[in-house]
Amino acid sequence: MQSAIPRRFDASGPPDCQSDVRRSVFLPKQKSQPPSILLIVDSQPLTFEAFNVPLTGEQLGRRLRRASNTKNRTGTTMLDTELRTMIDEVKDGRMDRRGFVQRMLAFGLTAPMATQILAIGGVAMAEGPSVYKPTKRGGGGALKLLWWQGPTLLNPHFATGTKDQDGSRLFYEPLACWDADGNMKLVLAAEIPSLENGGLSADGMSVTWKLKPGVKWHDGKPFTADDVVFNWEYARDPATATVTIGVHRDITVEKVDDLTVRITFKKPTPFWADAFVGAPGSIIPKHLFAEYKGAKSREAPNNLSPVGTGPYKFVEFKPGDVIRGELNPDYHMPNRPHFDTIEMKGGGDAVSAARAVIQTGEYDFGWNIQVEDDVLLRLEKGGKGKTVYAVGGDTEFIALNFTDPNTEVDGERSSMKTKHPLLSDPAVRKALSMLVDREAVKKVIYGRAGRVTPNFLNGPEKFVSKNTSWEFSIEKASKLLDEAGWKPGADGIREKDGKKLKLLYQTAINGPRQKTQAIVKQACQKAGIDVELKSVVASVFFSSDVANPDTYAKFYADLEMFQIPMSQPDPAQHMRRYHSRNVATKENKWQGVNFPRWVNKVYDAAIDAAEAETDLVKRAALYIKANDIMMQDIVFIPVMHRLKVEACANTLRPVVSGWANETDNLFDWYREATG
Amino acid sequence: MSQYVLRRLLIAVPSLLGISLVLYIVLALAPGDPFSELATNPNVPPEVAAALRAKFGLDDPIYLRYLHWLAAMVQGDWGFSFVSRMNVDTLILQRLPTTLYVIGSAQILALLIAIPVGVYAATRPYSIFDQIANTFAFIGFSLPTFFTGLLFILVFSITLDWLPFVYSSDIKATGIRWLFEQIRQAIMPVMVLGLFQAASMTRFVRSAMLDVIRLDYVTTARAKGLGQPRVIVKHAMRNAMIPVVTLVALQMPAVFGGAIVTEQIFRIPGIGSLLISSILSNDTPVVMAVTFVFACLVVLFNLIADILYGWLDPRISFR
Amino acid sequence: MAGLTLASPSAERRPAWSPWRETWRRYRRHKLAVVSAFLLIVLIAAVVFGPFVWRVSINEIDFSARLEGPSLAHPFGTDDLGQDILARMIYGGRISLAVGLAAMAVAVLVGTLIGALAGMSRGALGHALMWLTDLFLSLPQLPLLLLLIYLFRDGLKAVFGPEGGIFILIVLVIGGLRWMPVARLVRAQFLSLREKEFVEAARALGASPLRQVVRHILPNAVGPVIIAGTIDVAAAIIAESTLSFLGLGFPPDTPTWGRLLFDAKDFLDIGPHWALFPGGAIFVAVVAINFIGDGMRDALDARRVI
Repeated sequence: MQSAIPRRFDASGPPDCQSDVRRSVFLPKQKSQPPSILLIVDSQPLTFEAFNVPLTGEQLGRRLRRASNTKNRTGTTMLDTELRTMIDEVKDGRMDRRGFVQRMLAFGLTAPMATQILAIGGVAMAEGPSVYKPTKRGGGGALKLLWWQGPTLLNPHFATGTKDQDGSRLFYEPLACWDADGNMKLVLAAEIPSLENGGLSADGMSVTWKLKPGVKWHDGKPFTADDVVFNWEYARDPATATVTIGVHRDITVEKVDDLTVRITFKKPTPFWADAFVGAPGSIIPKHLFAEYKGAKSREAPNNLSPVGTGPYKFVEFKPGDVIRGELNPDYHMPNRPHFDTIEMKGGGDAVSAARAVIQTGEYDFGWNIQVEDDVLLRLEKGGKGKTVYAVGGDTEFIALNFTDPNTEVDGERSSMKTKHPLLSDPAVRKALSMLVDREAVKKVIYGRAGRVTPNFLNGPEKFVSKNTSWEFSIEKASKLLDEAGWKPGADGIREKDGKKLKLLYQTAINGPRQKTQAIVKQACQKAGIDVELKSVVASVFFSSDVANPDTYAKFYADLEMFQIPMSQPDPAQHMRRYHSRNVATKENKWQGVNFPRWVNKVYDAAIDAAEAETDLVKRAALYIKANDIMMQDIVFIPVMHRLKVEACANTLRPVVSGWANETDNLFDWYREATG
Repeated sequence: MSQYVLRRLLIAVPSLLGISLVLYIVLALAPGDPFSELATNPNVPPEVAAALRAKFGLDDPIYLRYLHWLAAMVQGDWGFSFVSRMNVDTLILQRLPTTLYVIGSAQILALLIAIPVGVYAATRPYSIFDQIANTFAFIGFSLPTFFTGLLFILVFSITLDWLPFVYSSDIKATGIRWLFEQIRQAIMPVMVLGLFQAASMTRFVRSAMLDVIRLDYVTTARAKGLGQPRVIVKHAMRNAMIPVVTLVALQMPAVFGGAIVTEQIFRIPGIGSLLISSILSNDTPVVMAVTFVFACLVVLFNLIADILYGWLDPRISFR
Repeated sequence: MAGLTLASPSAERRPAWSPWRETWRRYRRHKLAVVSAFLLIVLIAAVVFGPFVWRVSINEIDFSARLEGPSLAHPFGTDDLGQDILARMIYGGRISLAVGLAAMAVAVLVGTLIGALAGMSRGALGHALMWLTDLFLSLPQLPLLLLLIYLFRDGLKAVFGPEGGIFILIVLVIGGLRWMPVARLVRAQFLSLREKEFVEAARALGASPLRQVVRHILPNAVGPVIIAGTIDVAAAIIAESTLSFLGLGFPPDTPTWGRLLFDAKDFLDIGPHWALFPGGAIFVAVVAINFIGDGMRDALDARRVI
C-alpha cells in the first residue's frame, strides 16, 4: 500500500483545499520526512458522489460522511486525525498493535491492509502473534502430509500449480509470508519495510528489504542480497522459461549491501508485497543456479534436489509421488522446526485423502479436501482427525456470455461482433441470477467450506460490497420473464420472437460442480428455461491451446462455472481481468482474460481510477463500485465464497492461511501431546 | 524357426515406426495443454503460458515435432517432461520397480487362481464347484476396480484396521520387517487387481478346456487307462492353452503399463498413475515414451505368443 | 449366413433337421441359460416400459429426502440430492444396456472379422491386420477418446441429435477399442484350426476358403468369442461411466448405471443402498448375459452331448 502514502484517507475532501498547506500540516510530527500515508497531495480528489451508484459499505460510508462533515480547524478530517492519533498511540505504546488492527477492522480494513497502513503510517509492522508453543527444536517425530495431487517439480520458478509451490516451499523460503490472520510474517527478511525504517519510499516507487543476518543455505553457504538479486535476474530472463516472469518483469532489484536489497517499480505500486513474498516468491541459491540461468535452466541438478534455507533439509524426491525431508539443525528461527522428518505423499483423490487423515490417522494432514460436507461430517464422527478451514477470497461463479456462441463471424464463435440472442436481455440475466439456489448449494454441497455471497469480490473484507443482495425465487424469476415477453411454448420452454430459452451450461469436471449444475438446471427447468449441461476435463477446460474449442476462454457456451483463486490479499489483479481491453478474441488468440466478453465503460473507468489511486479508502471504494457494477449487470452469478478445507489430525496444530499456500507457515506447525 | 523369428523382428521395425507415427499424431492432435494450471493463477499473465508453449515447441507443425522426437529417440534421448522438467527415462525407471512388483504379483495371482479353478470347473461342468466359481467370476468382472478397491479399504483398513491403504514406495524398515511391510501394503491392490483379472481369465480357461476335454484324443487317452490328472494336464490342457496364451500375451505388456484405476486408489507410484497424470496434463513426451515402450512390448509379446502356438500345437506352421 | 442352409452334398441327415432348430433344442436344455434369457428380457422390458409405470421424474431434487433408504415413496431410496434412484435407474438402464450390448456387438463383429482374416491369410494381409491390432492395443485410450470426441462430437450431434449422436459415438468408441483381444483370440484359434484334419478334408473336397471359415472353422472357434463378448458387455457398461466421468460421454446428469455406481462410491458408508441397486443391476445383467453365452456355447458345440 505504499503508494497510498502521499494521499489522504478521506474520500470526499473538498477540492478547494490547498494541497501544499495540508502537506505541511500533516507531516509526521517527529521528523519532516517521510510524509504520512494519510496526507493529501492530490488536488482533485474523487468524490463518491461522482458515481451514480452507492459506493461504500454502509459502515465505511457513514464513517466517511461523518468524517468529511466534521472538518477540524486545519481543514483536515476526523478520519485523518483519528487514524493519525491511533498510529501515534501505537508508536508511543499506548495502544497495542492488535487493538489498532481491531479498530481498523471496524473501518472495514482487513488485517493485512491494516498492518500495511500501520507500516506506511510510520510504525514498523511487527509480526503477527506467534502461536508456536514448543520450546526446543525437534522432538516432534514425523510429519506426514498427504497432497492428493503430488508435486512434480521443486523449483519455485517452474511451479505450474499450487502443488509445486507447496512442495518447493518445504525447502525454499521467501522474504516474508502471510499468516493465518493475514498478517505479514517475516521469514528471510529482518524487518518489515516501513516508512519509518526507510523500507518504503514516500512516492510508492520502491521497497527496501533488510535481510536476516547469519542465515545459511543447507550446504552451509551464507544467504545474501546477491541471492535475491540473482532470483530476479533468473526469473525475468525469458530463456529460463520461468512461470514467475510476470512478477519480475516490471521491477528492478538491486543490491544495496550484503544484507539489503531495493526493489524499484515502474509505477506507484499500492501492493508492494508481491515479489519475494509467499510461496511463489521463494528464493533459490545463486551459487547453485547461476550457471543454469537462461536456456540451460532445465539442466540444473538442483532442480531435483533443492538446497534451500527452510526448516527442513531435502532427502528425497520422486515426482508425483513423494518428497522427504529432515530437520535442519541450523534453522534460523528459534526452537523450530518441531518435526524431525517430513514426508509429502502425492496421488489419489480427495475423499480417500480425507479418510487416511481423519478416519485411519495414517497421515497427519490432507491438502485441499474438496468433498461434500456430508461425507466429511460422517468421517469426523469418532475419527482421529478433523477438518480445518481458512478464509480467503475465492469465489465460485457462473459467468454469462455476452456474445453469441452459436454464430460464427470471421471464423470465430462468441465474437465481439455478435450479441447473445438471449442473455443480452437483462431480464433473462436477472431471472437466471434468481434461479441459483445458493443456500441449497451451500447446504447440500459445500457446507462449512462455503459462504453464501451476493458479491463477486469476496475478500479482503475491506473490498467487500455491502450494497448488494441476492435472492432465490422461481416465482419471481418466472414473473420477470413473463413481463419481459418470454412466454412458455407448447413444450413448457419459454420463447420470444421465435427464440427458445435454451442454454448450454459448461464447467470443469469436479464432483461439487456437477451437483451444482444439477441444482441450477432443476430450478431453471421449473421456470421454463431449458438447460443442457456439459462438463469438460480440467486440463482441457483451462488450457491455452488455441485449437481447442472447449476452453473457458473460448466460451463456446452460454454459461460457464469455475473459480479464479485469489492468491494475494489484494483485488487489483483479480478485477483488472474484466476491463474491456482484455476481452478474449481470436485476434489475441483467446489470451484476453475477460472471457464473458463484457464491455462496460463505467467499470473500465473505475478500474483505471483504482489502479492510479494511492489513497487506500478511495481505492477500496473504487473496487467496491466495480464489483457493484458487475453485479448490477449480472456478468457473474456468484455461487459460493469458498474456504480452504484441509484435513488434519486431532493432535496437529497447523497454521493455514486463506491468502497463502498451505505450507507457507510450516515452520510454525507443531503437534500437541493430546488431541 | 530362428529364421522366422529373425524375419518377424525385422518386420517389427517398420511396424513400430508406423505405430509411433500414429501415436504421435494422436497425442499431438488431442486437445489440452501442459500449462493449463497457469490459467487460473492470477499471478501469471496468459502470455507466459503461450511463451512456454512456444519455447517447448508445442506450436511447431506436427511433422517437425515428430521428426525431432524420432531423431532424439534413435540417439537414446527420450526427451524431458514438460511438467516436471525431468528426463523421461528417469521418471519411468523410478516407477518401474513398484509397477513390476504390484502389477506382476497381481498377474501371477490371477494366473494361479484362473488356471486351476478354470480347469477344475471345466472337468465338472455345472457341478456345485463350477457354479460357485462362475458366480464369483461374474461378481468379479461386473464390479469395477474403483468400487472393489474402495470396498476393500472400508473393510480392511477402516473397519478392521489391518492393512494400510496408502502405498509407500520406500519403507524405512530393514530386513524381515521391510519385507513384511512391503507385502502388507501390497495385499489390497494385488487382491483387487488380481481378482478382477482372475475373474475373466477363469471364464476363458474354463471355456477353452470345455472345448477340448471331450475331443476324441482325450477320450482315447482316458481309454488307454491314463489317470485323470495326467489326461487333463498332459493332453487336454496343452491344447486348451492356445486362448490362454493369447490372453496372457495380451496382459503381459500391462505389467509394464500398470493399472491406472487401482494405482490411483492405493496411491501406488506406478507407471499407470504416471501415465494418467501425464495424459491429464498433456505431458506429451512422457505419454509418448510410456506408450511407445508399451507398443514395443505388445509387438514383442505378440511374437512370443505366436512362437508358443507352434510349440503348443506343432501343426501350426510358421511362414 | 445363407451358405449355411445350403444342403451339403454329403448330407446323410433327416430332411427335417436344421442346425438352428437343433441348436435351439440344445439351448433349451441349459436351464440356467433359459432362466437368464427370461431375466434379461424382464430387465429390458423394465427399462423400456418402466417410465410408464413409475412416473417419478429422474431429476426432481428434494432436499428434504436426501440419502433416504428404500421406502414406499422411493423403493430404491434417494441419492444425496434427494433424487429417486429407481426412476434414475430405469432411465439410465436403457442407455447402459443399449451401450453394453451394442458395444459388445461392435467389438465381437470387428474382432471376429479381423481375427478370421488374419488367421486365414498367410501373406501380407495377415501381417498388416496384426499390425493394426498391435497399433490399437498400444494406443493410449484417453487422448484418443479426447481427440475422437473433439473431432466428431459436433458432426454426429448435427446428424443424429445430441443423444443419438453421443450414443453412436460411445458405442463406436467402446466397441472400437475392445475388439483387439477378440481378434487375437480368433486368429490364434484359426491358426490352430486351419491345420486340423477336418478342415483339410473340407479343403480337399474343394470347399472355398469362405466356406471353410464359415462352415468349419468358425463354429469351432466360437467358444472364446462368446466368452469375450459376454465379458465385454460388463466392461462396456463400466467403461461408459468412465467416459462420462471424463466429460466425454453423455451429459453429466444422465444417470447411467456405471455413473450411479461411481457417484455413490464416496457415500458407501452413509447410503449403501445408492451403490447397491445399480451395482446389483449391472451384476444381474452381466450374469444373465454370461449364462446366455454359456448356453449358446454349449448349444453350438456339436460335440457336446447334452
